[in-house]
Amino acid sequence: MKTLKELEEIRQRTLEEVNLRKDRKGTRVVVGMATCGISAGARPVLLAFVEEVKKRNLQHVTVTQTGCIGVCRLEPIVEVYMPGQEKVTYVNMTPEKVQRVVAEHLVNGQIVKEFTIGAVEKKD
Amino acid sequence: MELYRSHVLVCGGTGCHSSGSADIIRRFNSELKEHGIEKEVKVVQTGCFGLCEVGPVVIVYPEGAFYSRIKVDDVPEIVAEHLVKGRIVKHLLYHDSIDEDEDIKSLDEIPFYQKQKRVALRNCGVINPENIDEYIAFDGYKALAKVLTEMTPEEVIETLKASGLRGRGGAGFPTGLKWEFTYKANGDKKYVACNADEGDPGAFMDRSILEGDPHSVIEAMTIAGYTVGADQGYIYVRAEYPIAVKRLTIAIAQAREYGLLGKNILGTDFSFDLELRLGAGAFVCGEETALMASVEGYRGEPRPRPPFPATKGLFGKPTLLNNVETYANIPQIILNGPEWLQSIGTEKSKGTKVFALGGKINNTGLVEVPMGTTLREIIYDVGGGIPGGKKFKAAQTGGPSGGCIPAEHLDTPIDYDSLTAIGSMMGSGGLVVMDEDNCMVDIARFFLEFTVDESCGKCPPCRIGTKRMLELLNKIAEGKGEEGDIEKLIELGEGIKMASLCGLGQSAPNPVLSTIRYFRDEYEEHIRDKKCRAGVCQALLQYFILEDKCRSCGLCAKACPANAISGQRKQPYVINQETCVKCGACMEKCPFDAIVKR
Ligand SMILES: Cc1cc2nc3c(=O)[nH]c(=O)nc-3n(C[C@H](O)[C@H](O)[C@H](O)COP(=O)(O)O)c2cc1C
Ligand code: FES
Repeated sequence: MKTLKELEEIRQRTLEEVNLRKDRKGTRVVVGMATCGISAGARPVLLAFVEEVKKRNLQHVTVTQTGCIGVCRLEPIVEVYMPGQEKVTYVNMTPEKVQRVVAEHLVNGQIVKEFTIGAVEKKD
Repeated sequence: MELYRSHVLVCGGTGCHSSGSADIIRRFNSELKEHGIEKEVKVVQTGCFGLCEVGPVVIVYPEGAFYSRIKVDDVPEIVAEHLVKGRIVKHLLYHDSIDEDEDIKSLDEIPFYQKQKRVALRNCGVINPENIDEYIAFDGYKALAKVLTEMTPEEVIETLKASGLRGRGGAGFPTGLKWEFTYKANGDKKYVACNADEGDPGAFMDRSILEGDPHSVIEAMTIAGYTVGADQGYIYVRAEYPIAVKRLTIAIAQAREYGLLGKNILGTDFSFDLELRLGAGAFVCGEETALMASVEGYRGEPRPRPPFPATKGLFGKPTLLNNVETYANIPQIILNGPEWLQSIGTEKSKGTKVFALGGKINNTGLVEVPMGTTLREIIYDVGGGIPGGKKFKAAQTGGPSGGCIPAEHLDTPIDYDSLTAIGSMMGSGGLVVMDEDNCMVDIARFFLEFTVDESCGKCPPCRIGTKRMLELLNKIAEGKGEEGDIEKLIELGEGIKMASLCGLGQSAPNPVLSTIRYFRDEYEEHIRDKKCRAGVCQALLQYFILEDKCRSCGLCAKACPANAISGQRKQPYVINQETCVKCGACMEKCPFDAIVKR
């Protein structure tokens, strides 16, 4: 038999999972997953995002994928859409970089400038 | 629990199920394995999304991509393109779900969903009905917990009374009052029952709720048991609803396992359990006293009321009987408070109503709108209008107990009382749209045939009276109508309404009376001019071959089973009206559209 507390636990646990089906509001993280992205390692990046978001219980964040974003040489590319903000494009992503993007950008709202397409292009 | 990056929701409602959604699910699972992403993507079977017309329906989250008319062979493409590479398969998307820039709209921006408000259907198409955890995630069983730990039965009753909820099974009786009567009734034992008989032709609101969200009904019935003081409930569901029966059975077992049914629910001293009773599908068994006779194992015949079920119901004990959709509203009212329901709807009808849209309409399917929405909004905005640019003629609501509403009332805000005022009724929520190709005499005949078949025969006005009415209608449709027939129909109809024992007979004449009220000219045409303007009543039609279009190919003569067509090469063929059986075979065969009926 379930107690009230257990019921609440089931609710929390399952909510994380079904949250995906709620409307597309809040922050969206979009990973480019065309052939170019996948061969450059987009899948581990995507999974790292899913993992991090789950670990930190960020209910307003959805992680999704899209096709080729266009600058294949900079793949894996990740775009972050936050309500009321311009899109931020991160390039040459790795699972390690994901940690910082989640911690600094998604949680604290600080864009990780050095990973963005603007910064990387300048360096080249 | 695993966290997936993507969910594929496949509709498992009856509509989509019968067009192959089970195979689609199987194919998704095998394709996902093939690509090695079965741990990243979850496939979920849900209840009806409402847009059965474009089924089978598949929605992929988090993008919310709405794929329609999916075939098993489309699955590999969706998996390879969308789920592996993230490229949405545009050509398979539902056409109304993308905007001009080909961006996906969110679900509530799709015209079909825009004017809807989903309360009873809130979980249909969102959760997996066979997984109690998903129901719990969307606040399931929270209302039950609140009632058991924080509310007295009186408080539950006051909440329902204040909310203004009225029964969704047809008559619109105030639900709070009914609960109060049963609560106050004297009895050592009481019962709670759910009417899931849904016998109106074309109606499938209750089926979809049971298929898509069975726990909402179970939760509400348990709340009802606590409130009126019952420890046993019955759900009377028709055996023709195998998917609903299966999901209910699973849901009841899961609820028992979690201690949400059975002894000492949630650790309190309240105990309650549920049983299913399968009905054999007689329309009259939806009537409350007949239903209870049937549950007890007797022949499903109604008896006079009073006594009402609230005082003398199942096994002679006080019994609370509500409809599926009524129950599905209740957990939300407990959680959101009575003011919330009060804020939706019209003065005397609060909340929403589910309608099964059918007939001449683009978006055949299931919709839920606030009370007070006009017929025009339902038919043209939600329903997408009438196919082929045809003209609206009438809408039939309330099934065999209801009536036809003509174009002049398209802008009436729909609620219980406005529909009764214009000669129809809410009924359980069937809504059949008719265009210029429908004959109103024929429609009346269709519904009356249904009631004549379904009349249990216990009381003479219903048994004999409806039969006499049907004979008159047949006579008119066959071109043998006489002056005075319309008046006879009206007189008989009024008499049957007054004298019948139960609601079946008391409402059976409505389809006839309302079509006479609004389309009397069509009846008169049938009688005086022997003409059916819609071209439906076969006996009043003749088939002709247009001389200038006929190319003398002879196909029509070959197709005619009665050898009624003759002709020679280079001369137009002709139909012998004496021997013609009006089967229409010639018209179908003619490659030049040279054959017409009028
Ligand atoms: C012939 C006839 C058929 C009926 N069929 C149904 C039905 O299929 N489902 C239903 O809920 N109520 C049906 N009713 C209405 C029930 O008698 C009863 O009023 C209703 O179930 C009460 O529930 P509610 O107060 O929640 O609406 C029918 C009534 C009649 C007279
Ligand atoms: S059954 Fe699938 S949308 Fe209705």
